[in-house]
Amino acid sequence: MMKRLLVLACVVAGFAVPPSAQATEAEIKLEAAPIDVRDAASLQAGARTFVNYCLNCHSASLLRYNRLVDIGLTEQQIKDNLMFTADKIGEMMNIAMTKKDAAEWFGPAPDLSLIARSRGADWLWSYFRGYYRDPASATGWNNTVFAGVGMPHVLWQLQGDRVLIEDVSRDVAGQAAKDRHGNVIKSVRFETVRRGTLTSVEYDTVVRDLVNFMTWMAEPNQVLRKQAGIWVLFFLAVLVALSYALYKEFWKDVH
Amino acid sequence: MAATEKQPVTGAGPFNGILTWVDERYPLMSTWKAHLAEYYAPKNFNFWYYFGSLAMLVLVLQIVTGIVLTMHYKPDAAQAFASVEYIMRDVPWGWLIRYMHSTGASALFVCVYLHMFRAMLYGSYRKPRELLWIFGMLIFLCLMAEGFFGYLLPWGQMSYWGAQVIVNLFAAIPIVGPDIAIWIRGDYVVSDATLNRFFAFHVIAVPLVLLGLVAAHLLALHEVGSNNPDGIEIKNLKDPKTGIPLDGIPFHPYYTVKDIFGAAVFMFVFAVIVFFAPEFGGYLLEYNNFIAADPLRTPQHIAPVWYFTPYYSILRSFTVNFFWIDAKIWGVAAMGVSTLIFFLLPWLDRSPAKSIRYRGPIYKTALAVFVVCFLILGYLGTLSVNEGRTIVAQICTALYFLFFLLMPWYTTIDKCMPEPERVTK
Amino acid sequence: MSDKPEVNRARRNILIATGCAGGVATVASAVPFAASMLPSERAKAIGAPVEADISYLAAGEMMRVEWRGQPVWIVHRTKEMLDGVKADDVKVADPKSERKPDELTPEYARNEFRSIKPEYLVVVGICSHLGCSPSDRLKAQPEPFDPDWKGGFYCPCHGSLFDLAGRVYKNKPAPDNLAVPPYTFLSDTKLLIGEDKKA
Repeated sequence: MMKRLLVLACVVAGFAVPPSAQATEAEIKLEAAPIDVRDAASLQAGARTFVNYCLNCHSASLLRYNRLVDIGLTEQQIKDNLMFTADKIGEMMNIAMTKKDAAEWFGPAPDLSLIARSRGADWLWSYFRGYYRDPASATGWNNTVFAGVGMPHVLWQLQGDRVLIEDVSRDVAGQAAKDRHGNVIKSVRFETVRRGTLTSVEYDTVVRDLVNFMTWMAEPNQVLRKQAGIWVLFFLAVLVALSYALYKEFWKDVH
Repeated sequence: MAATEKQPVTGAGPFNGILTWVDERYPLMSTWKAHLAEYYAPKNFNFWYYFGSLAMLVLVLQIVTGIVLTMHYKPDAAQAFASVEYIMRDVPWGWLIRYMHSTGASALFVCVYLHMFRAMLYGSYRKPRELLWIFGMLIFLCLMAEGFFGYLLPWGQMSYWGAQVIVNLFAAIPIVGPDIAIWIRGDYVVSDATLNRFFAFHVIAVPLVLLGLVAAHLLALHEVGSNNPDGIEIKNLKDPKTGIPLDGIPFHPYYTVKDIFGAAVFMFVFAVIVFFAPEFGGYLLEYNNFIAADPLRTPQHIAPVWYFTPYYSILRSFTVNFFWIDAKIWGVAAMGVSTLIFFLLPWLDRSPAKSIRYRGPIYKTALAVFVVCFLILGYLGTLSVNEGRTIVAQICTALYFLFFLLMPWYTTIDKCMPEPERVTK
Repeated sequence: MSDKPEVNRARRNILIATGCAGGVATVASAVPFAASMLPSERAKAIGAPVEADISYLAAGEMMRVEWRGQPVWIVHRTKEMLDGVKADDVKVADPKSERKPDELTPEYARNEFRSIKPEYLVVVGICSHLGCSPSDRLKAQPEPFDPDWKGGFYCPCHGSLFDLAGRVYKNKPAPDNLAVPPYTFLSDTKLLIGEDKKA
């Protein structure tokens, strides 16, 4: 018994370490996104931000407008407030531009339906909060989690202009501190040079709602999935108990 | 015990009437008896003996969910990716069926790997069960093919580039290799033609072979009888009156109820993953596979699904050219041999005892080292390579092959304990 | 067996309990599989109501609109055609649309001409027999199948006849009248098919 558990523990331990598949920009630490896909108000606010700021260039071609009923909107509300390019409530959230035009004008703007599943919510959260002014780049913008990002900061009016300040930590002798590989230890921080229309707390709320919506949009059934899962597990637990009793009952015969 | 009494179908009632009618025309009762009610299995099966029936349960689950997915999936490079998301979003309960299928693929490999490990623990491949083992290994190879073909179908980035890499392995074969790779793809790159034929293999060709092999595996098992954790033949000691093995119990009802319990526990664990962690941290559904296949951009990090990673590691661990032969060819050959070498186990193992319980310390150590190497190789296969990892993978690969190649030697010098007459608890 | 009845009873009870639970599990897991074959969200979106512009539909002519992948006929009936419908009362099997009214005839079409406005007939052009789409024979003229033809529809598959209100003729293979879909007038010249005022 002990041996068996030991073997199983080894197997589990072997797989407990998450794969590096998602961390393509491996060194960047992502902040955990404070989202909740059950928060309908946040999702609705996020949907508005998404439609106003993202849906101009990016499509969400796997999501139907009437799916937004699931986050507590009525079909009339969707039609009146969120549908600008489509006629029918059952249509996908496509953009008026063809892909080819979009690619010619702005470079490729990927479809965002599944971006939260390929990048992760934490990445999006850090990304929207990682923009800074960079005169060296073509768009004038750069990003701490996506170096050389092609998209300018779409929410800049809300957040304002920021620049990235690198601080070199110094030891007591005033020398630049180095890590064990001999690299200078730097810490980076943002400095706001022009204020946006929102305070940083308000901006974080907008971003949280947007990331929340994008996470929901990547798998609209996730809430149902977890709700159904609880019932299924509850029932299976009963079945395990009953079948165990059955097994023990029959095996009384075996000596 | 009604089941053990030899009773013809008698008695009144419409049900018995139908049964008699059928039985006169079809070997219903005799099949029932031969394979369930009067198939005598050793009474000392332990935890490890759940995984055979569980593998069959998952196979059925894969077939049923697969049929439903086929109703909605489009094997067309332009539509495949969107059709999977169509299943996830638009088809009623499609997400559940798709998650069951994607989780089921991994569950099947978990069951089969543990089932194979069981055979290595208790010497289940030894005489007279060599053919049973060979059928099992063929099933394993079919499952690998099934997993490989199926993984292309979602047509995400990982699907695409995974297939690209694996098909290019065949290009390593000297002279004819490149032509074979083109023949497999039906194009110069992985394309619509490839997707369409992989679909055909995944949904019909391989499953047909698989079902035949499963039937052969079961028939072979019921011909020779099940092994057990003591590795002794229960058929050697029979009740002189009834001819029933003294340590045997009828499969039905004893092992059916036990396996039902096992199935319930399994379904519980399965449901936890399906409903609460279907991506399983990127092991079951890789993050990059949520990006549609793009023939112009390879993802930063590609790795096969976990059940292929041990062999993938072996492939990558060959980095030096030996004897003027390319490292690439060595790697491909080693990868092939690492799966095929299992076929030889019945003849490599010369130990007088079958079960690990009565084997000496050498085999116990060797098996432990092998399992650890297998797991390390599997883990390394999910990571990108660097110098340190390559060295570890090379050591593990060497030990992996030594486990098999030295087996005829170390199993003969090992100090085994005497096997008991009767099975123990 | 018979010497230990109390043990057997316990065994039987637990067998029944597990059997029931297993049965429930089987049925419950069969539901998603069966439900997955129902129309998907895409099918529903495609099956959403369609608008039809009837401003160019001349009297005596018909147009076809696709709704849920089925042909919906809109016939602009003339005065003569409506008279023909009245005359057909004796020939048709269900003149007052009494059969399966909930399925075939919405409340607002349960009248003499099976329509909201007498001059506009709106029906699903699928024969109630085996699902062929009948061809239109709108003109009142002698036909091989009826010398006293007042205009209507003829199903090429099995010869069922329908009049210009979509009512089936007596003694024909088709059992029922053509279905009137839910529809409403958005304006004098615009029809919405697939949805009526209640919804």
